[in-house]
Amino acid sequence: MQVLIDSLLGTVKDILPILFVIGFFQTVALKQKIPNLPRIAFGMILVIVGLSVFLVGLEKGVFPVGIEMANQLSGSKFTGVPAEVSGAASVAVDAAKYLWVYVFAFLIGFSTTLAEPALIAVALKAREISTGAISPWGLRIAVALGVAIGIALGTYRIVVGTPLYVYIISGYIFLVIQTYFSPKLFIPLAYDCGGVTTSTVTVPLVAALGIGLATNVPGRSPLIDGFGLIAFASLFPMITVLGYAKIAEIISNRGVTK
Amino acid sequence: MSETIKFFLKKFLTVCLDILPIIVVIAFFQLFVLRAPFPNLQEALFGVFLVVLGLFIFIQGLESALFPIGEKMANQFAMKGNAFWVIAFGFALGFSTTIAEPALTIIAQKAGKLAADAGAIKKEAASIDNYVLGLRLSVAFSVGLAIALGVLRIIKGWSLVKLIIGGYCFVVFLTYFAPINIIGIAYDSGGITTSTITVPLVAALGIGLATAIRGRSPVLDGFGLIALASLNPVMFVMMYGIAIHGIR
Repeated sequence: MQVLIDSLLGTVKDILPILFVIGFFQTVALKQKIPNLPRIAFGMILVIVGLSVFLVGLEKGVFPVGIEMANQLSGSKFTGVPAEVSGAASVAVDAAKYLWVYVFAFLIGFSTTLAEPALIAVALKAREISTGAISPWGLRIAVALGVAIGIALGTYRIVVGTPLYVYIISGYIFLVIQTYFSPKLFIPLAYDCGGVTTSTVTVPLVAALGIGLATNVPGRSPLIDGFGLIAFASLFPMITVLGYAKIAEIISNRGVTK
Repeated sequence: MSETIKFFLKKFLTVCLDILPIIVVIAFFQLFVLRAPFPNLQEALFGVFLVVLGLFIFIQGLESALFPIGEKMANQFAMKGNAFWVIAFGFALGFSTTIAEPALTIIAQKAGKLAADAGAIKKEAASIDNYVLGLRLSVAFSVGLAIALGVLRIIKGWSLVKLIIGGYCFVVFLTYFAPINIIGIAYDSGGITTSTITVPLVAALGIGLATAIRGRSPVLDGFGLIALASLNPVMFVMMYGIAIHGIR
């Protein structure tokens, strides 16, 4: 109960800026009264109560589940890798022993993205722009594959311990080159796909998975190596979506010339 | 009455659908790969119950109060044609919605705890709280700035691709100097921030603006605000890291 009350107080503080922005801009800039004030006030109470309960749920439910899955799949009992390393701090890790972690990361990325409501809306919009060349299902699968590959590769990186920026910066360079060759209409859409696709429930779960994994793999630090999965999950969908747009363009052009 | 119940039931199912893939994947792993019951199952289930309940109430509130007024204001500012107010509103909208974003709240807290455990900051409640607040403020400030810049871009008709590529170059430059223990959090912060509250409101502002200004296409120019909003935090969190830990 105490946890809920603390969360409630914190949430009120977090929501205050929004209330201030609405109040200030309505009265000072737009010089209007706030319409439907009772309805909005009630809605705001719902936001505050819901957000407080949700945050406690993330803290007590989602985050520990992510850590627990990492513990089970990368713990020494399951992988056979000794938990404590004697001698040198940086030790070569047998990356193949963590195969199931990559599979888990892939499946979580793929399934949650495919079910993401925000993505469904974007996919319908994409069909509109492309006049049918991009099918909603095609786009959703392209994004889901991007997130899945991204998170799986990200867990592999945590296991082998390559610095995060090596992967992300090479990814960005690839993306920039790819952008140059992509159909222009899709570039903003593809760029937005990076940020939109990971929901509020998936992000903490995936972050917890990374932190738990970095805690278990010998020689890794959760602070330095544990983060980065979300960055992977935002980068790769852009690449797969631009790739899909290019393929769709080639196929529809071929149809025209025939 | 039964219509209302049907409506709420449908909404509730939508929220459950959000969690369902996670539960299916985890159940599959427990049954076939790990072949063991999930540890602390009761606690986890209670947490998941809170997540579903909280998310349901939260989204209900967003849809009945915040989104309608936010979208209406975004449209009004877009139509008003006063560049100063639209940009100011863009900044304020980006900042305030990011501070409230739940995924950022929880991950900043974990980052603070990990930084204290690793000895990067003092292991006292006050210094952890400061670090967490500093992270959240840097992210919120940078999202506000990104939206303001994105709005200016739509008004002026600048190229999105050039802005983004310029931003990537600056990220690479900063990575060279940023302390090693902030880089992961910084790179992640971009994806964390653009979420439940921020995306719908910011997208409404972008599309409203692109529709209102002649010669702009809602598709080409309306999108892209989110892209800037997920790039900017990466730079600002690294700068925050440099400010508190010093240059690597």
